[in-house]
Amino acid sequence: MILYFLTLVLFVMGVYCLIAKKNIIKKIIGLTITDYAINLFIILIGYRANGIAPIMFKNMTMQELTERGVDPLPQALVLTSIVIGLGVLSMMTAICLRLYEKYKTFDMSEINRLKG
Amino acid sequence: MIETYLIALLIFMIVGSIIAIETKNLLSSVISCGIVGAAVSIAFLMLAAPDIAITQVVVEILVLVILIRATIVIDNTAIEAHWDTFAVVSSLIFFGLFLVFAFLAVQDLPRFGHPLMRVSQQYLETGLQKTGAANIVASVVLDFRAYDTLGEATVIFVSILGAFVILRRRGRKRRTEADVEKVGILSEEEIREHNGDIRE
Repeated sequence: MILYFLTLVLFVMGVYCLIAKKNIIKKIIGLTITDYAINLFIILIGYRANGIAPIMFKNMTMQELTERGVDPLPQALVLTSIVIGLGVLSMMTAICLRLYEKYKTFDMSEINRLKG
Repeated sequence: MIETYLIALLIFMIVGSIIAIETKNLLSSVISCGIVGAAVSIAFLMLAAPDIAITQVVVEILVLVILIRATIVIDNTAIEAHWDTFAVVSSLIFFGLFLVFAFLAVQDLPRFGHPLMRVSQQYLETGLQKTGAANIVASVVLDFRAYDTLGEATVIFVSILGAFVILRRRGRKRRTEADVEKVGILSEEEIREHNGDIRE
């Protein structure tokens, strides 16, 4: 239980960084931390006590795999999620670079002021 | 045993993210975020998920490279503190409440190490015979749930396209001499001449 809770603490800290910080790069870092925390949470739920990776090796029996292998489904979905996180991050960074070119600052309140 | 290691690793991650959030220098903040990513990949390795650990290492390095590219455009990476009291106080109150409810909700989840495996047990039992893949994760990604992977490829393609469009230097309006020669775009005078020919 304490493991799940600590992961949620990590998640909350990422969202706090996303909301309360003014710098855009800080906001991106907050989103990345949130991403990591959620991925870790999903993998933690799929773990089986004394589990082995769900890979069939040569000297393994089928029974051993079905009894001890960890849940493969969250792993497959998180694999997708990690890569999508990278795509989203690269696009956000591109937008940030364009904003910096136009306003010469990364500060959110400054950009708001200059816009009007 | 593994639970103790994971708790230690998670506390390390939380400390790293506190540094990443609160430090004044933007470059050290980015690098602390990289520390969190590396610790996550170690945690994946301990949780018997080697495929994801590999992907996480690669993605984390790319994240670090992209974010450092974003921060080096400014000369002075130190940021001045703007204290937005309303945002900080309201978000702290909200997240305190969130953590209280999360602590209550977490009690109802299946205990750590005893997952619900109704669907996944089927994958583990029949994955090898049905798809012929020794790695069950690969058989789920590429066979049982291949449409998800197709969607992922679409999302990646669209995000790359978006980043390319945003970062493109030249807009459509500015036509240079080279464009006129290469692509054959007509200049204003040529168009006028051409129209004149038609009218005559």
